[in-house]
Amino acid sequence: MADKFSSKIPEGPLAQKWTKRKSEIHLVSPNNKRKLEIIVVGTGLGGASAAASLGELGYNVKIFCISDSPRRAHSIAAQGGINAAKNYQNDNDSVYRLFYDTIKGGDYRSREANVYRLAEVSAAIIDQCVAQGIPFAREYGGYLANRSFGGVQVSRTFYARGQTGQQLLLGAYAALNKEISMGTVKSYPRHEMLDLVVVNGEAKGIITRNLVTGQLERFGAHAVIIATGGYGNTYFLSTNAMNSNGSAALQCYKKGAYFANPCFAQIHPTCIPVHGDQQCKLTLMSESLRNDGRIWVPKKKEDVEKLRKHEIKPSQIPEEDRDYYLERRYPAFGNLVPRDVASRAAKERCDAGFGVNETGKAVFLDFSEAINRLGHQKVAERYGNLFEMYEKITASSPWEEPMMIYPAIHYTMGGIWVDYDLQTTIPGLYAIGEANFSDHGGNRLGASALMQGLADGYFIVPVTIGDYLSKKFSEPKTDVNLPEFIEAEKAVQARIDRLLSINGTETVDSIHKELGHIMWEYVGMARDKEGLQKAISLIKDLRKRFYENVKVPGSQFEFNQELEKALRLEDFFDIGELMARDALNRNESCGGHFRVESQTDEGEAKRDDANYMYVAAWEYKGEGVDPELHKEPLVYENIKVITRNYKD
Amino acid sequence: MEFNLKIWRQKNAKAKGHFETYHISGIEEDASFLEMLDILNEQLIREGCDPVAVERGCKSSGPVSFDHDCREGICGACSLYIDGRAHGPDDHVTTCQLFMRHFKNGATITVEPWRSKAFPVIKDLVVDRTAFDKILQAGGFISVRTGSAQDANNILIPHDKAEESMDAAACVGCGACVATCKNGSAMLFVAARVSSLALLPQGRPEAKRRAKAMIAKMDELGFGGCTNTRACELECPKGITVAHIARLNREFLKAKFSD
Repeated sequence: MADKFSSKIPEGPLAQKWTKRKSEIHLVSPNNKRKLEIIVVGTGLGGASAAASLGELGYNVKIFCISDSPRRAHSIAAQGGINAAKNYQNDNDSVYRLFYDTIKGGDYRSREANVYRLAEVSAAIIDQCVAQGIPFAREYGGYLANRSFGGVQVSRTFYARGQTGQQLLLGAYAALNKEISMGTVKSYPRHEMLDLVVVNGEAKGIITRNLVTGQLERFGAHAVIIATGGYGNTYFLSTNAMNSNGSAALQCYKKGAYFANPCFAQIHPTCIPVHGDQQCKLTLMSESLRNDGRIWVPKKKEDVEKLRKHEIKPSQIPEEDRDYYLERRYPAFGNLVPRDVASRAAKERCDAGFGVNETGKAVFLDFSEAINRLGHQKVAERYGNLFEMYEKITASSPWEEPMMIYPAIHYTMGGIWVDYDLQTTIPGLYAIGEANFSDHGGNRLGASALMQGLADGYFIVPVTIGDYLSKKFSEPKTDVNLPEFIEAEKAVQARIDRLLSINGTETVDSIHKELGHIMWEYVGMARDKEGLQKAISLIKDLRKRFYENVKVPGSQFEFNQELEKALRLEDFFDIGELMARDALNRNESCGGHFRVESQTDEGEAKRDDANYMYVAAWEYKGEGVDPELHKEPLVYENIKVITRNYKD
Repeated sequence: MEFNLKIWRQKNAKAKGHFETYHISGIEEDASFLEMLDILNEQLIREGCDPVAVERGCKSSGPVSFDHDCREGICGACSLYIDGRAHGPDDHVTTCQLFMRHFKNGATITVEPWRSKAFPVIKDLVVDRTAFDKILQAGGFISVRTGSAQDANNILIPHDKAEESMDAAACVGCGACVATCKNGSAMLFVAARVSSLALLPQGRPEAKRRAKAMIAKMDELGFGGCTNTRACELECPKGITVAHIARLNREFLKAKFSD
């Protein structure tokens, strides 16, 4: 087991590690690639780009998604942009700076070698995407345009209006379509992975449910790649798409893959506030808005009161009575501090009683200064569609009054533990994109999720998986009638039968909402020992009630969305509990994880490098048994670990 | 707010469908249309018939199935025909971004699936749109291998061309154009992709093959022809205009003439 849990970081200088690793990796000849089968689960940026690239190499690829089309994956909703160390702006950007910003932004809880490689391949991603015909924003001379994102002092973000994720995904989806038309990739939409099949300790296939017919199906391969995104929907209300879930990752965990840093969840500062208890989804307003928008609350409580009663409009509050609290607290970065810092600062103001809407949970994001400075047309070009989207949802125009925003769960940095090759602790099982844990530490910088998904999918896993497969080409096709497949299918069938037979009185969503409340209250923006212990016991109680009293209507062999949700909720209970457990263990504040017990006198997060400079990787030990914690020490050889400072 | 919802119910692709009417109350003005359907479904599940009740004659069809995912107007999954309009009465939105404040309190709202030969119903309001994937697989891509691209700034694209290409690339593949068209044509969908790529230098080498292959696939899959009624343009949630159909036609003719 010790070997499986080795990070396998190549020796040598940081900038040479990836080159060195690539030169060591065994190749698979074209005629042998034809004999090898790979399963990819998920069709977001990571999954689609990996499947397309592996197909181009000549492997036989099967790709699965739960949506009706690969193009619906939630990568599509990313708005602001994608980072790359191109230095097109001549602002002294470099691979090293992108690496450094990402490590620092992640609060020194990510692996140096992985992050450096990410920065190293970032430039090639932009080249690839432009060649695919992605219409990135351009200057008048025809050159690519850039903007800036939180936590950095250069402009390295490439964008396509406020729809960058959509355009990048459509590029990866087009590459996938090209391979599907060539016959190298076969696509299985409306198929949900419900279990991983492990044979002799190696990943050999998956069990899926066909979401149209309800049939369980077995698929075998020589290797499996998980690209199913994050588990933010554990909180019920999040910016994730409604169907995003952590089930594939959790099933891998239960089959032996370690789960790393589950407590690292990102709370995004600029989301549209919750409007009532009928809501099921929170909408993100892109971080790019913080380039020109200024965040504030009133200085005077009486103004707050009047705002809540709708007696005055925000624009009527004079400049001197506004508290631009990010600019005040963090002069060097101002409104562009990293997400975790901005979120906590908003919570601090709202907790102090300065929240500007009826619920007291909102702050302003104001464009009046930008509109005066840049003019209507320029602002419309940059943010027009975001303004429109905001107005559609709230019936208030950002052209006239500031937006109201509040933090919400957005992304999960934690995920399946992987080594430098992106292989999990189960040989033959790989995890890429948001589904793994490797690159963002305790906090992800804006415009880096798209970068990571595509880096893993286009440039890393297609290379590293070869090392494993080079030893497998003489193995025959995996037989899906092996006892391991039959057992796994039986276990899934038992889960479904159990859920359908409970026939209680509560709906899946109503219980999921309760789980969300527990998570937000105790495993949210501020966590403490007592609360986390309480969360664990509350989740246990809720899970028990779920199995006694949930009502899942309909049957297995039909299109049954309630059954889909019930199966996912089972896994969200386990993920929620694991998150709380990990948060309880990590008695330090770092990145998005804020332990009340560990803060400075000014209320800033206080890391504890002496005790917690490690990756917490959890090993499943069976139902009802506490998981075992393994620690991967984080070693920083190339940068000095310091306290994050966005003040000066 | 309260409403009467007249909703299309259909057990599966082969079953005969019918309308059922439900009453719903206590809906906030700021609730979205899909949040209202969520609330209806909660109600239907709670009231639903257990197997014993079914034997006694209970006829509830259970919760209403509908496609949805991102709920912020970008994934293109949601797809309802509401009161005779694709994505409902508001302009330039998908159903997930339609809010109940656009309806009169007490109104009866009719909800149907997309109705098109090429999009068979799977269940209730859910249809099968894999025909769209097949059209794109026929040629909606630029054949570049991973890793073989030149530096991004070696390909200069004038600002306005990039913007126009982006206008077309904004298509979310929801199918409102097909559902709205009296011919069930997918011309706006095909045009969006062909036009977006035709405007860029990277897309030129395969332009002819692409236009012909995608049109041929569209015809093969049972979509109708375009008779320039421009209904698609009115209902496109992303405001994609028929100017792109004009460009598709030019691309197609150019390709045919050079055969």
